Amino acid sequence: MPIEQTIPKYKIASRSSNRTSRNIFNNLDWVTVLIYFLLVALGWMNIYAVVYSPDNVVNIFSFDINSGKQLLWIGTSVILITMLLAVDYKIYEHLAYPIYGAIILLLLFTLAVANPVAGSRSWLELGGGARLQPAELAKFATALAASKFLSNVNLRQQNMKDQMILAFITLLPPAIIILQNETGSALVFGAFILAYFREGMSPLILIIGASAAAIFILTLLVPKLYLIIVIALLMGGAIWLDYRLMRRIKSMIALFILVVGMIFSVDYFINDVLQPHQQNRIKALISPEADPLGYGWNVTQSKIAIGSGGFWGKGFLEGTQTKFDFVPEQSTDFIFCTIGEEHGWIGSTILIALFLVLLVRIVSIAERQKSIFARTYGYCVASIIFFHFLVNIGMTIGLAPVVGIPLPFFSYGGSSLWSFTILLYILLAIDANRAQDLSR
Amino acid sequence: MNYLENRKYVIQAIFIVVGVVFALRLFYIQVVDSSYKQAAETNAIKTVIQYPFRGLIYDRNGKLLVENTPVYDLMVVPKEAREPDTLRLSKLLGLPFEDVRERLKKARAYSPVKPSIFYQKLTTQDIAHIQDNLIDFPGFYINARTARGYSHSSLSHALGYIAEISPKQLEDSAYADYQPGDYIGKSGIELEYEKYLMGQRGVKHIMVNVRGIEKGPFKDGAYDTLSVAGKNLYSTIDLELQKYGEYLMNGAKGSVVAIEPSTGEVLAYISAPFYDPNLFTGKDYGKNYMQLLTDPNKTMFNRPIMASSNPPGSIFKLAQALIALQEGVITPETGYPCNQALVTCSHAHQAPSDLSIAIKTSCNPYFYQVFRATINQGKSANTFKDTALGLGKWREQITSFGFGTKLGIDLPNEKQGIIASPNMYNKIYGENRWKFSTIYSLSIGQGELGVTPLQMANFMAIIANRGYYITPHLVRAVGENGKPLKDYQKKHYASVDAKHYPPVVQGMADVVSSGTGRNSSLEHIGIQVCGKTGTAENPQGKDHAVFVAFAPKENPKIAIAVYVENAGFGAQSAAPIAGLMMEKYLTDSIATKTKWKEKWVLSRQYLNID
Repeated sequence: MPIEQTIPKYKIASRSSNRTSRNIFNNLDWVTVLIYFLLVALGWMNIYAVVYSPDNVVNIFSFDINSGKQLLWIGTSVILITMLLAVDYKIYEHLAYPIYGAIILLLLFTLAVANPVAGSRSWLELGGGARLQPAELAKFATALAASKFLSNVNLRQQNMKDQMILAFITLLPPAIIILQNETGSALVFGAFILAYFREGMSPLILIIGASAAAIFILTLLVPKLYLIIVIALLMGGAIWLDYRLMRRIKSMIALFILVVGMIFSVDYFINDVLQPHQQNRIKALISPEADPLGYGWNVTQSKIAIGSGGFWGKGFLEGTQTKFDFVPEQSTDFIFCTIGEEHGWIGSTILIALFLVLLVRIVSIAERQKSIFARTYGYCVASIIFFHFLVNIGMTIGLAPVVGIPLPFFSYGGSSLWSFTILLYILLAIDANRAQDLSR
Repeated sequence: MNYLENRKYVIQAIFIVVGVVFALRLFYIQVVDSSYKQAAETNAIKTVIQYPFRGLIYDRNGKLLVENTPVYDLMVVPKEAREPDTLRLSKLLGLPFEDVRERLKKARAYSPVKPSIFYQKLTTQDIAHIQDNLIDFPGFYINARTARGYSHSSLSHALGYIAEISPKQLEDSAYADYQPGDYIGKSGIELEYEKYLMGQRGVKHIMVNVRGIEKGPFKDGAYDTLSVAGKNLYSTIDLELQKYGEYLMNGAKGSVVAIEPSTGEVLAYISAPFYDPNLFTGKDYGKNYMQLLTDPNKTMFNRPIMASSNPPGSIFKLAQALIALQEGVITPETGYPCNQALVTCSHAHQAPSDLSIAIKTSCNPYFYQVFRATINQGKSANTFKDTALGLGKWREQITSFGFGTKLGIDLPNEKQGIIASPNMYNKIYGENRWKFSTIYSLSIGQGELGVTPLQMANFMAIIANRGYYITPHLVRAVGENGKPLKDYQKKHYASVDAKHYPPVVQGMADVVSSGTGRNSSLEHIGIQVCGKTGTAENPQGKDHAVFVAFAPKENPKIAIAVYVENAGFGAQSAAPIAGLMMEKYLTDSIATKTKWKEKWVLSRQYLNID
C-alpha cells in the first residue's frame, strides 16, 4: 500500500482545506467511480428503450418520459456526490447513530401519514408529484449504525447482549418496512449477514441459513418422502465416513427431526402464513408455466423477453417484448429484461461482469481500510448491492421469487438511485481519506 | 484476526459463483432453449379455458331434470382490440353505443392484456350472426361454455341455480380453484353438490400473434390440462309427481313435501309460488333474479325448509299422544271429557272415550288433559318445578322426532324451527313463574312452536315407519352406480317405542275414513290413507291450512305434508291436494271419480271461505 506510506504524518497535522480536496481527488477510487457512471448511463439508455415506440418517437431528454426524469435524478445524484465528498469524512462515523435515529423516525412518520400506493404505505409525498421512499434510505443508515456498533472497542463478539443489540439495530428498520407492506425492501436487510460474517460471526449461521433455504425450495420441488430419505441417507453416510460423529448421535437425531419438522411445516407456512400474492410468487418460481396469464405472468413474460434476445440481442431500441407492457414494472424492477432482449447474452453477461467487478472492488476497498468502522461499512455496501443484484436478476430469469426490488444504479427511480449513490459514495469518501486514519 | 481476513475470499467466491450461475442460466434461456423465441414471435399466449361438463341431474325414473346447453361468451383482449369500431360493434351486438364503450372500459380496467368477458351468454343463433363479422374486430373472440338448461319448468327451489362466482367468494380460500367469470352453484342442489357437479377445468395455452391468429399450442401443450366432467346426480324426485303438485299449487302459497318413508327419499318438493328455472339461464338472468327477489309473494323464499315460524296446529296432537303413551300416563283406552272450560273445541263431536276417537275428532280438551298428564307427573311437589321438569323431558322426546332441529336435508339454509323449552319460558316469565296453565296451548300445536313443512312430512314418515326416519334427501346417488351420501343411509329412532303407534295410526285412518280428512280418501281405489288435518293460527291474517298423511296404512309408500297459506281449515284445501298427489303417485293417474277434487283445488275457492 504505497500511497499510505508516502504520506508524511505532518501533512495531516497541518491539513488545509485546499490540500484535503486535492487529496480526495487523488485518492478517490476511480475504478469504482467509472463503473458507477457506466451503470447509471447504461441504465438511463435502457429506460429510454423501454418507453421508446417507433410510432411516436420522443426525445430521450424529454421530461415527459421516464428517461428524461431519470436524467434529472442522475444530475441531482452528481450534486449529492459532490456534497458527500466535500464534507468532513469523519462526520459519517460521528453521526452514524443520529442519522440512523432520524431515518427510523422518518420511517415511522411515513407509516403514519403515507397514502397507500398499490397497497404499500412507504411513499412520502414531497409535493409537485415528487415522492420519496424512506425505506431506500434506511439501507445506508443501518449500514452506518451497524458498522459504528461493531467498531466499538469494548465490543465482545461472543457477548449475548452485544449480539442482541446488533440484531436489534439490523432488524428494526425492516420491521417497520414490513408494516409499510414493502416486504421486498425489508428482505434486503438479510444481506447484512455477509458483512457480519466477515467481522467474525459464526459461519454456522450462514450455513444454516443457506441449508434452510435449500430445504425450503427442495420441499416444493421434490416429494417429501424422497427428500426425507435422501437426508437420512446423507446423515447416515456422514456418520459412516466419520465414526466420531457417533458420539454426537443425539444431536444428529435431533437435527434430523428438526429438518423433517421443517419439511412438513413448509406447506403450513405457504398456505397459512403467506398472503395469497406471496404464495403466488413462490408458485411462480416453481412452475410459472402452470398459469402463464395468472401468477406466472411476470416471470413467463420476462423469460420470453430475455430468451428472445438470443446471443447477440435484437439491438438497441429494437426490442418488441419489453415494450407495450408485456412485462410489467418494465423500467423499474424488470429493467434487466430490456438488456436481455436488446443486447442478448453478450450484453447481459457484460452487465453481470460489471456488477461482479464492482462488488469485488468494493470488497478490496473495504479490506484496505484501517478502521473497523470503515471496513464493516464497506462490506455492508457490498452485501446490499449484492443482494439486489442476486434477487433482481434472479427473478427475471426464474431463479428467485418475484420480489419488487430495483437493480442498483440501473433501475428507474430517484429514491433508489439516490440511496445507492449515498451508500456507495460515503464509502468512497471514507476511502479517499483513509490515509488520515493512520494517525489513530 | 488474520483468519477472519480470509473470509473475504469466501465472500468474493459467493459473488462470483452467483454471477457465473446467472451467465449460464442466461445462456440456456437465450441460446439453448428456442421455445422462448417462438413465444416471442407469436407475441402472446392465450389461455383458453376448457370448461368441464357440469354433472347432469336425473329424476328417480331416469328423466333428465337438469341438462347442459351451449352458450357463448364474447371475449376481448383490450390491448389487441386497440380502438374497435364501437358504433359497428353496438349494431352487431344490439347493444346501446354507451353500453359498448362502458364494457370496453371495464375490460381495460381489469387488464389490458388479459382476456375478459365482454358479453355473456350468447345463444347459438346470436353467434351465427356475430361470428362472420368478428374478423374485423381483432382482440375479440368467442369462448364456448355450457349453461344449465331445463326441458321442464319445475322444481326451481330444490334444483337451485348456478351463476357467476361472486367477488367475495373469490377472496375466500375455499374457492381457490375458481376464477373470475366461473359459474358456481348458488342455491339448492346446485350449491349443495357443487364439488361433485363442477368437475375439473382444463386449460389450453395457445400462442397468438399480434393479429389474434393462433399459432399453435405453447410448448406443444405440455402445460395444457384436460377438463374432467362433473359427476351426474340421480335425484329422488319423481318429476311427474312434482309437475302435478306444482299444477295443483299454482297460484297458491305454501309447501308440499312428499317422502318415501322407508328410504327418506323426497318424492316431491314444492315451494309455492315457484318460478321457471329457465329464467336463470339466459342473458336476462340478472333482471329476472331481481324481479323475483323483490316479489311481494316471496317467490325466492324456500318455504319447505325455511318457513320455520309457523305453529303446526292440530297435527301436533299425534306427537302428544305418542309421547304420553311412551311416558305411560295414558293408555289407548284412556278417555277424557270434552271439557270446554279448559280450552274451546271448535265443533260438537262424539265423546272422546278413547285415544283413536280423540284423534279422529281432534278434541282440544282431550289433548289438553293428555299434555297435562305428560307435563305434570308430580315429580316435584312444587307445581312450577314440576312443570319445568316435565317440559324438559317432553322437549327431549319431541326433538327426537326431528322437530326443533335441522334434519340435515341436502339443501342449504335449512331452518330448525322452534320448540318451547323451560329456558325459553324462564326468559319470558322468570324462573318458577310459569306452570301448565301458561303453556297449555302447546298441547294442540299452538304457542311457542315453529315447524317447517319438511319436519311435518318427516314426522309422517316416522309414524308410517312406526318409529324411525331416514334423513330426507333429494339425491339418491352421486355418479354412475353411486350411493346416497352416508348421512342418508342411517335410521334415526324417535323416543317412542313401535308398540305405541297402532292406536295413533288407527285414529289417523279414522280421520280420513270418517273424520275431517275425508277429502284425502282413496277408498275408491282401495287404498287406506292415514292423515290428520290442522289449522295453524296466523296472527297476520287468515289461518294456514295443514294436512299430513301417509298411505297405504300398512307398508306405506308415501308420506306427505301439505301446507297452504291463508287457506283456513286443512280439510278444505290441504287434504284434497294431499289426496290427489298420493293417488297420482300410487296409481300414476287420477281416477275420473276424483276429478271433481282437482277442479275444486284449482278453483282456489277455498281461499275465500271464512
